[in-house]
Amino acid sequence: MIIDDKLIAYLEELSRLHLSDDEKERAKEDLSKIISYVNKLSELDTEGLEAMSHPFDYTNNFRTDEAKPSFDRELILKNAPKSKDGCFLVPKTVE
Amino acid sequence: MAWETVIGLEVHVELSTKSKIFCSCTTEFGGEPNTHVCPVCSGLPGVLPTLNKSVVEFAVKTGLAANCEITRYNKFDRKNYFYPDLPKAYQVSQLYLPICRNGHIDIEVNGVKKAIGIHEIHMEEDAGKLVHDPWPDSTLVDYNRCGVPLLEIVSEPDFRNGDEVIAYLEKLRDTLIYLGVSDCKMQEGSMRADVNLSVRPVGQTEMGTRTEMKNINSFKAISRAIVYESKRQIEQIEMGKRVIQETRRWDENKDATYAMRSKENAQDYRYFPEPDLLPIEISEEWIEKAKAEMPELADAKRVRYVKELGLSEYDAKVLTAEHDLAILFEEASAICNEPKEVCNLIIGELMRLITEAQTSADKISVSPEKTARIITLTVEGKINRNAEKEVFEAVFKEDVDPDEYIKEKGLMMLNDDSLVSDTIDEVIKNNPKSIEDYKGGKQKAFGFLVGQTMRALKGKANPQSVNKILKEKLDKL
Amino acid sequence: MDFYDKTALETGALIKSGKISSPEVTKAYIEKIKSADKEINSFVTVLEEDALKQAEEVQAKIDKGELNSPLAGVPVAIKDNICTKDILTTCSSKMLYNFKPPYNACVVEKLKAQGAVIVGKTNLDEFAMGGSTETSYYGVTKNPFNTNRVSGGSSGGSAAAVAAGLVPYALGSDTGGSIRQPCSFCGVSGIKPTYGGVSRYGLVAFASSLDQIGPIGKDIKDCAEILKAVSGHDERDSTSIKDFSYDFSESFGGDLKGMKIGVPTNYFGEGLDSEVRAAVLTACVKLKELGAEVIEFEMPIVDYAIPAYYIIACAEASSNLSRYDGIKYGYRSEKGESLLDVFFNSRSEGFGMEVKRRIMLGSFVLSSGYFDAYYKKGLQVRGLIKKSFNEAFEKCDMILSPVAPTTAYRIGENVSDPLKMYLGDIYTVSVNLAGIPAVSLPCGFDSDGLPIGMQLIGQSFSEAKLVKAGYAYQQATEYHKKTFEAMKGGRF
Repeated sequence: MIIDDKLIAYLEELSRLHLSDDEKERAKEDLSKIISYVNKLSELDTEGLEAMSHPFDYTNNFRTDEAKPSFDRELILKNAPKSKDGCFLVPKTVE
Repeated sequence: MAWETVIGLEVHVELSTKSKIFCSCTTEFGGEPNTHVCPVCSGLPGVLPTLNKSVVEFAVKTGLAANCEITRYNKFDRKNYFYPDLPKAYQVSQLYLPICRNGHIDIEVNGVKKAIGIHEIHMEEDAGKLVHDPWPDSTLVDYNRCGVPLLEIVSEPDFRNGDEVIAYLEKLRDTLIYLGVSDCKMQEGSMRADVNLSVRPVGQTEMGTRTEMKNINSFKAISRAIVYESKRQIEQIEMGKRVIQETRRWDENKDATYAMRSKENAQDYRYFPEPDLLPIEISEEWIEKAKAEMPELADAKRVRYVKELGLSEYDAKVLTAEHDLAILFEEASAICNEPKEVCNLIIGELMRLITEAQTSADKISVSPEKTARIITLTVEGKINRNAEKEVFEAVFKEDVDPDEYIKEKGLMMLNDDSLVSDTIDEVIKNNPKSIEDYKGGKQKAFGFLVGQTMRALKGKANPQSVNKILKEKLDKL
Repeated sequence: MDFYDKTALETGALIKSGKISSPEVTKAYIEKIKSADKEINSFVTVLEEDALKQAEEVQAKIDKGELNSPLAGVPVAIKDNICTKDILTTCSSKMLYNFKPPYNACVVEKLKAQGAVIVGKTNLDEFAMGGSTETSYYGVTKNPFNTNRVSGGSSGGSAAAVAAGLVPYALGSDTGGSIRQPCSFCGVSGIKPTYGGVSRYGLVAFASSLDQIGPIGKDIKDCAEILKAVSGHDERDSTSIKDFSYDFSESFGGDLKGMKIGVPTNYFGEGLDSEVRAAVLTACVKLKELGAEVIEFEMPIVDYAIPAYYIIACAEASSNLSRYDGIKYGYRSEKGESLLDVFFNSRSEGFGMEVKRRIMLGSFVLSSGYFDAYYKKGLQVRGLIKKSFNEAFEKCDMILSPVAPTTAYRIGENVSDPLKMYLGDIYTVSVNLAGIPAVSLPCGFDSDGLPIGMQLIGQSFSEAKLVKAGYAYQQATEYHKKTFEAMKGGRF
């Protein structure tokens, strides 16, 4: 499979990453190699097999519906690069 | 050309659980920004979700009420996208195996019945709130609503006009309120509807290109948006243009929809199974238990009120339209065993008082015990109709004790027949002209004498006994 | 008193007996870290004052008889992707260069409750993505046996710190071999527990369905005791198993009669360094001498483990690492003005190349049009691998294999070729895909004097059996002690 500029640009967009030109070239080469390698899986017939999202078969782990005190707001905000009036601060979002 | 509008709805309702879907923070509405928040719902590194069992139970009940198949093995998935109101940059939702599928909700518009298909119902988490206003170049982010549990109820594209949509939304709202799973307040955002709409020539089976209108916040606005958007799409096509598949926003002030940025429309959410949560297995026993615990819904109550309690269709409909009124009606009736009286008091008085006070049925605190007591006193002739209304108003406004209030205000009827008898003797003595008239066959005179007696007794006598005693005395003359 | 070659349990016993105090031990280790770690670079954060304060508090409790855990007063180092309250937790990434969590990970709470003294946070590959600690924003951790070599990864800091005698034991995390491979490279012991055995609450997620926290120690007995201390159900982690606790009471002693050890012949084929092969097969002979029965079979499906692993791990990582956007914590770029600028620039400047590569690969396998061919296929192959292990464990109690195809390689040797780096995980990743436990034990040295490790893999929750075999092996061999002998004589 060929990883072209268009696909790299799409993956950058999805991942919210900008690569430098050098990084782009490297990413193209590396991802091409890795993806051709993982294509090895197509050798296996997996038709109809279950997709195993968890490494075990356990189900149903629930929490009882009980409200408990929340966290101190200062602790939630203390790592924020920017905050104001008890909120996280971001550049203006437009719709 | 004749056109047909095709509409499907995606309704989001916030569940009235005590805690959030994946952490123990409160779901209470309001609060200072970021005070209903913990490391889990603010998406700190290293935290993990734990699933609130009530959310699953509410979803199962809703599914049963909407005649759905319950997916015995269902799972959560992650929906990935970046936005500041979504602290993990993914929303935990259900795509591949939603908890409920293939149901229907029955509606009635102008006497015509119709079943609206329910494609699926799934559980998910709400996002936070962005506060835009006072700052010109920045936005504030509040995560209080992050992780409040939601059900998304996705209908089939079975609606053909706004009336059907409104009938469905009302039915859905009533059902969810009766089930106790949501308070469905559109103003507070606990019920929100996205409207998918397309048009096609009548007779065509193929669907037209649809647009989606998001988060319209009142039934009235939904009706207007549907009318506007149908018209807009038909005009586009008739002008030879194409309808573009896009998300549009309803502008309440301009009474029009406008397209949102096209970027919002081409999303690749990269859904995949949420590895941090275990799959959910719903057993036969669980479903049976949920069925057994299902409360009686509005339709069933309406039928029962008419058949068993002898109310009119109209009264039954009015009472069941508000869950709190229906509950007050049932509880008060159970105590005093006078359903028609209770019904009249609620519809005649309570609803007027609610309107006057500009409040709503869910916010009042009229107890069924006090309501029943007032009715018992009235029926037993201990107070008259005017007093009944007066006491009830006092209960509504100040939550007074009916018996004490009646005593204090001297509203109790006189049950002392000798006093009545003495008063009548006095009235007869003072009104010889009327006695003559009565003897001469003028029925009006009798009414006058009753009136005089009641006035002398300040209205506190039982009219029946006044009538009876007066008649006896007149006949003896 | 020289206690640098003492195990954690031996150190704990000395403290308990009053022969030495926790503050003394802690102070000595801190001093050693300060002098020796300049060369090794195994720590991102050293807690000098705080550790001494902890030690004094713990000692007071020991003196009052309030604490009598075997680990009470013993220093420990924590991998820097495990949250420690108010203590820097960087994941060795610029992205979290200033992040101080407001809470402790479950394992940290548990260790503290046992009186452990946290002396610092250890280096790792950025967000645990790598096998050499070379992708760390804070520089490579060098191998104590040869500082031109890597320490392995991603828990390279934890393994190197234990090997160099800078701390008696440490916690690591293992997503695809990240405990076992650095243990192998540095000549120490480690356990990758059964998925769900140890709470992940507070472990900064790399790949949620694969990550497990586990111990790294001087010998397997230490590791078992540490595992016992940090394991157990935690209601904050939905994948943590209920009603289960480890019992190693039968693990320390006795021979291996009746135990069947499986050797998949295809694990010993092409690509495996001949000295590593020889050492692991020699260990196999030793296990036989101890009474075990050895059976051979093939597990060809394991050839597909690396592709399946990288698909699943990167998919989950791409989602798990999306929360680093410059808004709530960590690095925020000053460049640009719009919201999108904050997202793109903070992430582009905050993440290193390997992390970016994996996020993009993960985005790719989940994207519309590729999901079925890659992500879904990966999960299906995972099922086949799990099935293959289940079948193997019907034939044997555990599987013996190498940990890595080579010993510690030269720093810089594999950095430029990510695929080559990924292929080094051939023996370890299938264990994570299947969610089963494995132990890593030193079993020899190559001609350059670098340690060689072997791996014992078992069925879910068979750690006690693996420890029994490992303990018997270490009772009969000296390789695990050679590391500490090698470090003696003021090498560090």
